[in-house]
Amino acid sequence: MLDVTGLSKSFGGLKAVTDAHLSVSEGQIVSLIGPNGAGKTTLFALISGFLKPDEGRTNFLQTDVTGRQPHEICQLGLVRTFQVVQPFANLDVRENIAVGAHTRIANRKLALARAADVARLVGMEGTLDQPAGDLTIAGRKRLELARALATEPKLLLLDEVMAGLNATEIAELVQVVRRVRDSGVTIFLIEHVMQAVMSLSDYTYVLNQGVMIADGAPKDVTSSPEVIEAYLGHGAAERVAKMGGANA
Amino acid sequence: MEFLGFSLPSYGWSTVLGSAISGVFLGSIYALVALGLTLIYGVLHIINFAHGALLMLAMYAVYFLWSGYGIDPYLAMLIVVPGGFFFGYGLQRLVIGKASHGKDEIILLVTLGIAIVIENLSLFLFSASERSVLVPYDLDGIDLGVTYAVYPELAALGGSFLITLALWIFMTYTDTGKAIRAVAKERQGARLMGINVDHIFAVTFGIGVACVAAAASLLVPTYAVHPQVGSLFVLIAFTVVVLGGMGSFVGALVGGFLIGVTEQLGRLYLGESLGVITISVIFILVLLFRPTGLFGAKSG
Amino acid sequence: MKEFSHLVGWALLLIALAVVPLFVHSARWIDFLEMTLFVAVLGQGWNILAGYGGQYSFGHALFFGTGAYIQAILQVKLGFSPWVAMWFAVSGSVLVAASVGYLSFRYGLRGSYFALITLAFAEAFLVLSRSLKSITEGGNGIQVALNQDPEQAIATFQFNFAGPFLSEYGFYYTIFIILIVAFAITAWVERSRFGAQLVAVRENEDAAKALGINAFRVKMGAICLSAGITATCGVYYVQKFLFIEPGIAYGPAKSVEALFAPIIGGLGTLLGPLLGSIFIHGVGELTKATIGQALGGRPGVDLILFGTILILVLAFVPRGLVGLLQSGWARLTGGRDA
Repeated sequence: MLDVTGLSKSFGGLKAVTDAHLSVSEGQIVSLIGPNGAGKTTLFALISGFLKPDEGRTNFLQTDVTGRQPHEICQLGLVRTFQVVQPFANLDVRENIAVGAHTRIANRKLALARAADVARLVGMEGTLDQPAGDLTIAGRKRLELARALATEPKLLLLDEVMAGLNATEIAELVQVVRRVRDSGVTIFLIEHVMQAVMSLSDYTYVLNQGVMIADGAPKDVTSSPEVIEAYLGHGAAERVAKMGGANA
Repeated sequence: MEFLGFSLPSYGWSTVLGSAISGVFLGSIYALVALGLTLIYGVLHIINFAHGALLMLAMYAVYFLWSGYGIDPYLAMLIVVPGGFFFGYGLQRLVIGKASHGKDEIILLVTLGIAIVIENLSLFLFSASERSVLVPYDLDGIDLGVTYAVYPELAALGGSFLITLALWIFMTYTDTGKAIRAVAKERQGARLMGINVDHIFAVTFGIGVACVAAAASLLVPTYAVHPQVGSLFVLIAFTVVVLGGMGSFVGALVGGFLIGVTEQLGRLYLGESLGVITISVIFILVLLFRPTGLFGAKSG
Repeated sequence: MKEFSHLVGWALLLIALAVVPLFVHSARWIDFLEMTLFVAVLGQGWNILAGYGGQYSFGHALFFGTGAYIQAILQVKLGFSPWVAMWFAVSGSVLVAASVGYLSFRYGLRGSYFALITLAFAEAFLVLSRSLKSITEGGNGIQVALNQDPEQAIATFQFNFAGPFLSEYGFYYTIFIILIVAFAITAWVERSRFGAQLVAVRENEDAAKALGINAFRVKMGAICLSAGITATCGVYYVQKFLFIEPGIAYGPAKSVEALFAPIIGGLGTLLGPLLGSIFIHGVGELTKATIGQALGGRPGVDLILFGTILILVLAFVPRGLVGLLQSGWARLTGGRDA
């Protein structure tokens, strides 16, 4: 459903993303991992229309969406969340989610009702009347997810929704993400919490210094020497292998 | 000559040159007013709508020092510049900083409120009538061939260069200047380094007002003082600051001269009343197409 | 239940505004009431763009002045009926707003930059209205001929020589009707998808875009609505005072007047501009009646006061009088701060 071919973007002289290729099929949970500063969020911004790529194309549902405005892409059914949460702080949770719901629903009352339904899906029904500015970080992460869901997306791009949460909160959110997938939404997520990546994703891409260095099933990818070196530095793969040998 | 269907008058080169030179003198005054404004913007990232009103207040101070105590306007600088600093420091510390809750839009409105209060307080206290100082040298000057320059104009021109230089030296070589630049660049980082950001904000605002007080001293010999005098300059000063690049001293100086010359040539060719529209047009074009100005760093 | 009590509250307020002048027979106090409603409408126009949309205009005189000038020029120079001219006045102003909005929002001007560009446009129009003497009569201003024929009062939209009721209350009920229209439009904004999207853009433009909102179009809608409401104030001004000149039309006074009431009353609230206007005019009159005489009627007193109130409200009551009332009401009823 999503096909990215040869996407590149540089800022000044700095290459943030170079010739990225990837595809996400319907019904999957696909993850994108990589060390800090690898260009993951930039890639999301390119796909969702917040940045215009220097080269390459993005196809979504057989439509070329390269260089389209974010709101157009969202209306087609591809929505992103932000790594740094961006709540509408002065609105309450219900109103926040209703903004997303308005993408498909013109009527205010229906959009507010739909917001309550979506809140239930992500476990926020208790905080509907609370101002978004007063939420805890876990609450804000859920709100980010709920608002995006309310736009009734076909493909959801989640940018580190687990970051900063404790183990219980992560476990809950993993359940929520799974529930969302089961309701028919395809998911493409950036995540640092490996436990979540391993348990959720069907397929994983690894980005390092703007270049896609590996892809495959999560287990295979995380044991690839190239990926270990990207995370832990040069020569790390060898050391890990030795340690593995010693343990065996 | 034709321009957009209007026929423009044609002038000899000496008239045009004379006009351009008087534009340079006018521009030095604009630069003087803009220097403090650009400093405040560069550090606090706020547009100080009270700038014109503070200029007017300083001009009244200079005027009353002359009329009450016979102090020469240039000498008055020794009093109004430190006075301006403390006034500005207090204003930022006690009013703007407190009332704005750190939100840019609110700062904008608070400085607008201050401008309204100061302007109308002056109207209330001093009435709308114009007051001018009479100095013995205000009509003396030198003949430049194409135009005549009086000493106060030359003083303003020299003053604009000196103040630019002084600000540059201050910002580059003094500890306070370095702290100000650190705050301008990275507010949170500076706070973590142990710099008292609120104090630095207030110092910056104080220096900005001190600059405007110096400008007032240099202006008073050629400009009459009245409660509206600041608002005549305020939009022009914004234009100069935006054109030069917000936060750039050299930009304010160059921008001042450019605007001064453009305005004078505009008056020459488009007439007295329509000529000033060149300023608004430049302002709008720069905002739209080059909001970082000529010398401005890219701002977020 | 909450909806119902809101409705009752508004109905009572409107009834009060409708009958209050009938108990007042002094021309001075009717003028006072007219100006209070006038500033409330002016403020509501500004409030739609700044309060709901977060785009702080410092040059709203642009829309007031354009409405006023079109209303005056079409009547005086082209012999239009005021009832026809007003539609051109409002659409002309909306057209100016659309142009300014298109340029500003297309080039991504936000915050201070948007404030500056609106100021610059108002200034440019001020200079133009002074210079293009063949159209605007320059600094002399345009005078609309006074109609002294009571038969023509309605046709000329001038109530000065109308029958006993209209000559006394005609302009009051005119601005009252304009107020109802302006507030009805704002009430619709509050309850519509457009309004929800506008507020979302104010709160966080990037997040709004990610959620499928065409931020550019929403802001364009807001500036056009805002200008349309503001232009009706210009139309009203010309009909009431039969005069317009560059300083009144495009000078900074109207831009400033437009933002006092909504900020003091409560930014981004329906009631804010009206409450703010009642408050500042009330305080203004009170000062004139008490210390005004002692000060010998010197100019500037009310603006010193309004400016001070503005700063105090920004500092201590950022949600304005409406916010104050809401928390007061919540404390009274023991409910939580709504």
